[in-house]
Amino acid sequence: MWDLSTNALDTARLRGAAYGDVRVMHLRQRDLTTKNGQVGTLSQIESIGLGIRVLANGGWGFASTDRLTREGVAACAAQAVSIAKASALTKREEVVLAPEQSYVDSWQSPFRKDPFEIPLETQLALLLAADAEMRRVKGVTLTETDMQFRKIDSWFASSTGSRIHQRKVISGCGIAVTSFQREEIQKRSYPNSFGGQHALQGYELVESLDLVKNAPIIAEEAAALHSASQCPEKIGTLILGASQLGLQIHESIGHPIELDRVLGQEANFAGTSFLTLDQLNKLKYGSSIVNVVADARLDHGQGLGTFAYDDEGVPAQCTDIIKNGQFRGYLSNRETAHLIGLNRSSGTMRTESWNRLPIIRMTNVSLLPGTWDYDDLIADTHDGILMETNRSWSIDDRRYQFQFSTEIGWEIKGGKKVRMLKNPSYSGITTEFWNSCDAICKFDHWTLWGTPNCGKGQPMQTMGTGHGASPSRFRNVRIGTAFSNQ
Amino acid sequence: MKSAAKAKKLSNAAGARAPELLPERELRRIMDTVLRLAKSTGAQETEVHVDEVADALTRFANNAIHQNVAEQGLTVSIRTVADGRTARATTNRIDEDSLRAAIDASLSLAHSQPKDARLLPMPAKQHYRNVNRFSKSSAVLSADERARAVRRACDLAFKHGQVAAGIYSNGQSQSALGNSRGLFAAYRETHSQFSITVQEGTAASWAKANSADVRAYDPQKLAARACEKAHLAVNAGELAPGRYTVILEPSAVLDLVGFLFYDFAATALQDKRSCLNDRMGKQLFGPNITITDDAYHPLQQGAPFDGEGLPRQRVLLLDRGIPRNLVYSRSAAKAAGKQPTGHGFALPNEYGEAPMNLVFAGGDSSVEKMVASTERGLLVTRLWYIREVDPYEKIMTGMTRDGLFLVENGRVTSAVRNFRFNQSLIEMLGNVALLGPAVRATGEEAFEMVVPAMKVNNFHFSEVTKF
Repeated sequence: MWDLSTNALDTARLRGAAYGDVRVMHLRQRDLTTKNGQVGTLSQIESIGLGIRVLANGGWGFASTDRLTREGVAACAAQAVSIAKASALTKREEVVLAPEQSYVDSWQSPFRKDPFEIPLETQLALLLAADAEMRRVKGVTLTETDMQFRKIDSWFASSTGSRIHQRKVISGCGIAVTSFQREEIQKRSYPNSFGGQHALQGYELVESLDLVKNAPIIAEEAAALHSASQCPEKIGTLILGASQLGLQIHESIGHPIELDRVLGQEANFAGTSFLTLDQLNKLKYGSSIVNVVADARLDHGQGLGTFAYDDEGVPAQCTDIIKNGQFRGYLSNRETAHLIGLNRSSGTMRTESWNRLPIIRMTNVSLLPGTWDYDDLIADTHDGILMETNRSWSIDDRRYQFQFSTEIGWEIKGGKKVRMLKNPSYSGITTEFWNSCDAICKFDHWTLWGTPNCGKGQPMQTMGTGHGASPSRFRNVRIGTAFSNQ
Repeated sequence: MKSAAKAKKLSNAAGARAPELLPERELRRIMDTVLRLAKSTGAQETEVHVDEVADALTRFANNAIHQNVAEQGLTVSIRTVADGRTARATTNRIDEDSLRAAIDASLSLAHSQPKDARLLPMPAKQHYRNVNRFSKSSAVLSADERARAVRRACDLAFKHGQVAAGIYSNGQSQSALGNSRGLFAAYRETHSQFSITVQEGTAASWAKANSADVRAYDPQKLAARACEKAHLAVNAGELAPGRYTVILEPSAVLDLVGFLFYDFAATALQDKRSCLNDRMGKQLFGPNITITDDAYHPLQQGAPFDGEGLPRQRVLLLDRGIPRNLVYSRSAAKAAGKQPTGHGFALPNEYGEAPMNLVFAGGDSSVEKMVASTERGLLVTRLWYIREVDPYEKIMTGMTRDGLFLVENGRVTSAVRNFRFNQSLIEMLGNVALLGPAVRATGEEAFEMVVPAMKVNNFHFSEVTKF
């Protein structure tokens, strides 16, 4: 692989590139699903190719190819340089890259059981067993299960001498059950909706989740939701389960801190951000117990945002985003770091595949654990609603106003969960919401959730991000808006 | 607009030769190789998809190009059947060893599962209607030409003290599908897109076009429209949430109604997850709403065959507000005692099929006429981050974006801060007062369709944001 990279970089240099970096990537993916006791998808995908990014005449160019011959790679590099020179036709400012050392390294994410070595029969048997458990419950009309495994090798080389090989193994699985009754569709998922839990782990992740044991629990809940009361519309106390809070972090903290959005580079598609540069170190983002980091290091956990180096060759780092409620940091790259007074990128450039340009992405953007025991949090809540497992999510293009709904809610009265609620939803303004946080559960209840489907960029790229969270309480939240006035 | 010959000359001068797709005979050769190799492995049936893309996209922001990319790639996807079981393996390597490895992987996956009694034999040779959606102009548009068009758009914004961001993209793709029972289908098309957001202070507006033929629209005109509307959008005032008459431009209509497409899949009804369960044949929407799935419509794109190689049929889905027909894959059709309509996804999958070429019947109004006929309402440029809140009542939530305007006494009077909506599509399509002509609309939430602008009464805005 290094020969291909060197060939590409040499061609780019000879064609006039002042800087270049190359990613050769080999991606393997296995997908298994079942529906109503039958196998649904059963597929395997393998892809290998090369992408090169160059800076020439002060403009950026990127080209990719799956023709991994000497000629194919040279043509690809030449095309990238031509594109960069076309970009320079509109140049208004010089590109300034923050300095970074060169690294020669090899890294592999830790796993105990290679999911590609586990017999398919074993994997399918587990899914079909969970599927069967859900179908046993009366009122269930649709059952779905899934597993997904990926193994990604990447070879990064830069014109400044870096040569970095990384291998990541990613696993994910989940189950879901739907019940259609009396002109109403209700759904429950485990351990999370939209594909379950995903992490930088091996098959041990699947084994740890006990899908079969949890299958009848969510099936009973899906059927019972039809008889539950509608979530009331009010301003009140809200407790969010950890997976829902993970998505709340993703949408209302993770995206607005992306410096490319802040600088207008995503204005046409993903949007911009209310976190303009003047807010740094001034904005009171949340209450004093809110501490958020962007941490790509293995020390933080095996999340979808964990790696050793980003796709610009910058080592994984931990950046304070919110410290004791104060806004402290953005996600940056080598090109944007100097704009916020940094002399180094925060290491967040990531690419979906060899045929996509690395862009600023979330790593593991996590709310650090608090001090509360979960049972104490419920007992301490006189009147509130607990919401669990995301059903829908939406936020404006500057990340101010959001609305989420969840699959299930529970009314809390006098410190006890007293009844199930259906169609729960809540909405708010980002900074008002985070400033209303008055309790965060401790590490025992903290999970590093994986969001495998974060879309950004043009052409669109899908990226996995991590979000550590534990159940937390928020006061004076607008509840029930999604179904009001319907 | 430049001629194709001139475009090619410019492209070559820049040293970035437009990539050539492989000739169809080469796709056939790859397919024949797979079918030959599979014969000796014990596969009882084999299906091969060969897909190739060559795309380029220039992205600009802050009145300059900041990302500029090109990609070329080919994939070979192989489905084998062995003893009543099927699975798929995909690779982007086309040497014989790699193709053999993909066949082996597909068979290994297939053998790992229980026998599927519902699995049908692969279809035999089919006949397809010819469609031509390949424009040489789109195929050869160079990085230099895109850059020059972007520079003109950015200069226009800069001249007005505004900031432009967007994309200008073009490309070509081809697909070939064949199987061991003699079926062969092939299709190629080009695509192009120009999208621009113009910001003036905290105000913004947007324009976008998408076509197989890059000559079908003028980026400069789109830029001028976005500049003009961004200026109109400054000093937005705040209105109280509530129910309003809205005039939805085609992109706003598309991004909402696009969420209905899977409800017309027979498999979605069999799974009881469609909003049409127990509602077929009933007056669900207003009598002015008629929807057809028509892959052959002149404003549509996409192959004239489905994931198994069946020819796509034109299907009247909704007739004057009444859901009449669904689309069927082969297995869904067999389960329902119907004929397949050529809308199946590639097997194996759990979703079955979907109509991918929706065409709404239009009307004789226009956005201008809708504004003129409105005493008090809101003109909506586009919608954003739309998600389904309730799958059966089809309640959707999302935001307005890039230009929301108050209409009073027949004219646009001011800009308004963006709203969140929570609106049932079933209710909305019962409240359509006026329709414009159906056009090829493009947005960011749904794939392109042919839809009209709509004037809708009692549209529900639930909250307002800060800009």
